[in-house]
Amino acid sequence: MEQVLVPFLEATVRTATPLAFAALGEQVSERAGVINLGLEGTIIAGCLGALVASGVGGPVAGFAGGIAAGILITAVFAIFVVGLRTDQIIAGTAVTMLGLGLTGALYRGLYGVAGASLNAPTIAPIAIPGFSAIPVLGPALFRQTLPTYLLYLLVPALAWWMRNTHAGLALRATGERAEAAAAAGLAPSHVRLAALMFSGAMGGLCGATLVLAQVGTFSEGMSAGRGFIAIAVVVLGRWSVFGTAAAALIFGAAFALQYLFQAVGWALPYQLFVAFPYVLTLVLLAVQRGRAAAPAELGRA
Amino acid sequence: MTDALLALWDGAFGSSYAVWSATLVRATPLLLVGLAVALAFRAGVLNIGAEGQLIVGAIAATVMALAFDGLPRVLMVPAMAIAGALAGASWAGIAAWLRRRFGVLEVISTIMLNFVALALVSWVVRGPLQEPSRIYPQSPTFGEAARWPFLISGQRLHLGFALGIVLAIASWFWLARTASGLRVRLVGASARAAESAGGVDVARTTFVVFLASGALAGLGGAAEVGGVTWALYEGLSPGYGYTAIAVALLARLDPRCVVASAILFGALDAGAAAMQRDAGVPAVIVQVFVAAVVLAVLAGTQLQSAARARTATVRAEEL
Amino acid sequence: MGEALALEGIGRAFGRTIALDGASCVVRAGTVHALLGENGAGKTTLMRIAFGMLTADSGSLRVQGAEVRFTSSREAIARGIGMVHQHFMLVPAMTVAENVALGGRGRVDRDAIAARIRSIGTESGLTLDPDAAVAQLPVGAQQRLEIVKALTHDARILILDEPTAVLSPKEAAELMGWLRRYADGGGTAVLITHKLRDAFSVADDITVLRRGRTVLSALRAELDEARVVRALIGDAPLTSPAPATRIFGMTAPPVLALRCVSYVDARGVTRLRDANVEVHAGEVLGVVGVEGAGQRELLRLLAGRLKPTSGRVERPDSVGFIPEDRLHDALIPALPLTENLLLAEAGRLRGLVDHAVAQARTRSVIEASDVRAEGPDTPAASLSGGNQQKFVVGRERQLAGAALVAENPTRGLDLRAAARVLEEIARPSGEPATAVVLHSSDLDEVLSVASRVVVCFNGTVREVPWPVDPTDRTPFTRAMTGTS
Repeated sequence: MEQVLVPFLEATVRTATPLAFAALGEQVSERAGVINLGLEGTIIAGCLGALVASGVGGPVAGFAGGIAAGILITAVFAIFVVGLRTDQIIAGTAVTMLGLGLTGALYRGLYGVAGASLNAPTIAPIAIPGFSAIPVLGPALFRQTLPTYLLYLLVPALAWWMRNTHAGLALRATGERAEAAAAAGLAPSHVRLAALMFSGAMGGLCGATLVLAQVGTFSEGMSAGRGFIAIAVVVLGRWSVFGTAAAALIFGAAFALQYLFQAVGWALPYQLFVAFPYVLTLVLLAVQRGRAAAPAELGRA
Repeated sequence: MTDALLALWDGAFGSSYAVWSATLVRATPLLLVGLAVALAFRAGVLNIGAEGQLIVGAIAATVMALAFDGLPRVLMVPAMAIAGALAGASWAGIAAWLRRRFGVLEVISTIMLNFVALALVSWVVRGPLQEPSRIYPQSPTFGEAARWPFLISGQRLHLGFALGIVLAIASWFWLARTASGLRVRLVGASARAAESAGGVDVARTTFVVFLASGALAGLGGAAEVGGVTWALYEGLSPGYGYTAIAVALLARLDPRCVVASAILFGALDAGAAAMQRDAGVPAVIVQVFVAAVVLAVLAGTQLQSAARARTATVRAEEL
Repeated sequence: MGEALALEGIGRAFGRTIALDGASCVVRAGTVHALLGENGAGKTTLMRIAFGMLTADSGSLRVQGAEVRFTSSREAIARGIGMVHQHFMLVPAMTVAENVALGGRGRVDRDAIAARIRSIGTESGLTLDPDAAVAQLPVGAQQRLEIVKALTHDARILILDEPTAVLSPKEAAELMGWLRRYADGGGTAVLITHKLRDAFSVADDITVLRRGRTVLSALRAELDEARVVRALIGDAPLTSPAPATRIFGMTAPPVLALRCVSYVDARGVTRLRDANVEVHAGEVLGVVGVEGAGQRELLRLLAGRLKPTSGRVERPDSVGFIPEDRLHDALIPALPLTENLLLAEAGRLRGLVDHAVAQARTRSVIEASDVRAEGPDTPAASLSGGNQQKFVVGRERQLAGAALVAENPTRGLDLRAAARVLEEIARPSGEPATAVVLHSSDLDEVLSVASRVVVCFNGTVREVPWPVDPTDRTPFTRAMTGTS
């Protein structure tokens, strides 16, 4: 049993990590009232940015490059949504198209038409002494790559920040009632801009993690809808930091289920596993009727 | 640079082949799916799922073509079209039902359904609908009866385009001149006022438009397999469902303008292929161009603030 | 006593609309200063400039004698100015303490904030539970919170914008009492209001604005109501609609009726309980009540916009309805008047729509209701508030002649436009005459046109007979607060 459970849990955490980064970033942006459909474009930009930068300066440069690329793409989105007050859904869709198209074009331009598969320098998992010896959970949780450990620290830090700093209050107020925030002396557009920049960095980090800590290469469209799944994760997590992290784990588990099933010997078409997380989202959204928990002015910025 | 642009123009309009067999043929799915998106957005329904609806429409048309291959063409072609439309409407219906019954935001549900449709077609072409030799992930090629008629001999322009034109005119007429079309426009402009002042059943109106939108997208899928590919395979749609959003927006959601917009995008698509082949510029650059065009249009209309009157923005109570 | 706040010669325009044109207001320290004016006179704009939410195009602002120029409300707050807005600037999803803390820097010290809220509570008498969720607070408590917010920032000059608009008469009296004590204790308060009675009951000084200009500024002791009214609306005599005849033959069956109707809303809250109401042809039924007492649901049930949870509603097929929020509920401002006409019957139309006919009908509505508009194709947004409202009334009359329900139809309109709209609603017309139901948050307005009055209180509906003395308001105010 352990032989099956441990790889499943490990895969769950590993798969959930990049998704959690993107989702946490999206959660912050949505708490400020902005729904960022351009997240998919941000993630793929992070993937390419990481590939290019790591080719020049190794994995560390790769992560920095991914984050920078994510911020750049999101800046375009921010110009439209915060600066020009454009409809968020339409602008987001356009930015995703822009991201997917640009990365595809740049990749081919830089590395050849056929898209020769380039290998990025990946980072290896690190086992944390002591912790990784805990039965079952140890190897699953503490034999991961650095980004996962970063996530373990980020989640409680972000939750604390949201509840206990004035900046966190400002964020929440902006998404619930921007007018009240303005009356209190805050500038909602500045808050949204900052939230979007964070979300861009997180999206870029997601992409970088995919390339440098997991897949090891770039392929067009490798974000595979994670940007949209991240949005669903936030809804599922009821816009709270811990909820979002938990929801990301659920998705990771859904992806990882295919290994479990293969190990147990159930011969099901693999497409079922591919489709499962999406169906799961739909079911959970319906059951949850995600309305009440949303920031009151989401989408109305 | 000029080489690339010349190749682009040539590929789109440079010869009668370019116009009738490349540009307009590529415009056809964009026309049908563009209409689907325009209608939905006009009612304030953010149907981002046209891609999935197109795919299931293609699957349904394929099933029709393969299962009933004894039918004469005059029956088969309409049967495929209807099957495609019904399948698309049903696929959209899932999201429409989730929205109506549970308040699930259609932006998210339709995107999720897109991915499910992709998984579905991936399975289907490797499973029940796979060609007999079981080597390639695609369906067997359609028989003669299931291949949609061409409109001009010697060119590849097929019935789907004519259908698109007819439906564009019909959609325009519906929106502009009928009571139900008026309701759609009013709901899209302000669902609140439509309900309060007009007693319009907003839930029913949006539900019906959602289904109609899915039907059009499904028809687009049927037209693609029936008129162009004559078989079902993965990658049938290079993102038509998403490009159609740009098509519809550029057309300001007006069905008449969707025709022109779809032709423009078809031209870009045809030209891009030529551009890559002849001038060595990657075709995917067109996608960047498309995105840039959408953003430019957005910026333009925002400065005029005309867009607000036509599409409803996301409301928190709809989440 | 020194000068706490002084605005002089302020000018401010929004695009082509001139909101302020040389307005001035000098507030003495330790006084309650009433800033009076009709809707649209510029009172809120002027005070928002004092609070730093807006900048003035011209003129000067002095706080405690020193000339200042605020670029944000943060600066005003730092100078000891606090503002209590007409529409509360609170975040319902957060707690009292979090709302108070909003706008600070660094870490949030919840204990310190809670202690401060409690100490201000004891000092000022405005007590609040720091951990209460704002969404659960009653309106009066939310307003207390707004004041406490200002006090926690050490506000010495409090600006209150129409504070009694959302309060019951009892709560309003309490607030006025508190303001008096606050000023007597050395604080300075500016009371923005259009209610003469409030101003006279509590103010030391009065400034009157009209059309963006200061037209009167004096000690309250030197003024009487008549003088202030003249300043408020100018010298043109106002024709108020003639009070309708109060006695009817009730033999004909009512046009509108609720029989034992209860209504529970989507959240499970009972809004109306066993209501029995009848409205006959030709009469104007006045409906009054404080916000949330159930009149909103009552009006919509009568108009057929809501279905009763239990009981029966008798009404003709279509009832004209003029909702309070005309820009969001009655009209689609971006669309032309013709489409706005079609809007009203959109739910019932079938088949094809003939635009030419619709245009002609729109023209006749424009004429019949004296709407100042260029034509049927002008967007509704380009009409003034009064004309938009007249169009709505005319449209509803045209489509549903037998019965008309109006909810606060004069909201946001200046006196002249309000009078015209009321005239339009209350005029007898058609054969048989229209049955009209009118609700207004201004009791006087309702009493000036109604033939009968029902009062909503906490979900119950009760008819209140006319008092012997026609100027006596107490039976109505008592019914509104449930104290009779």
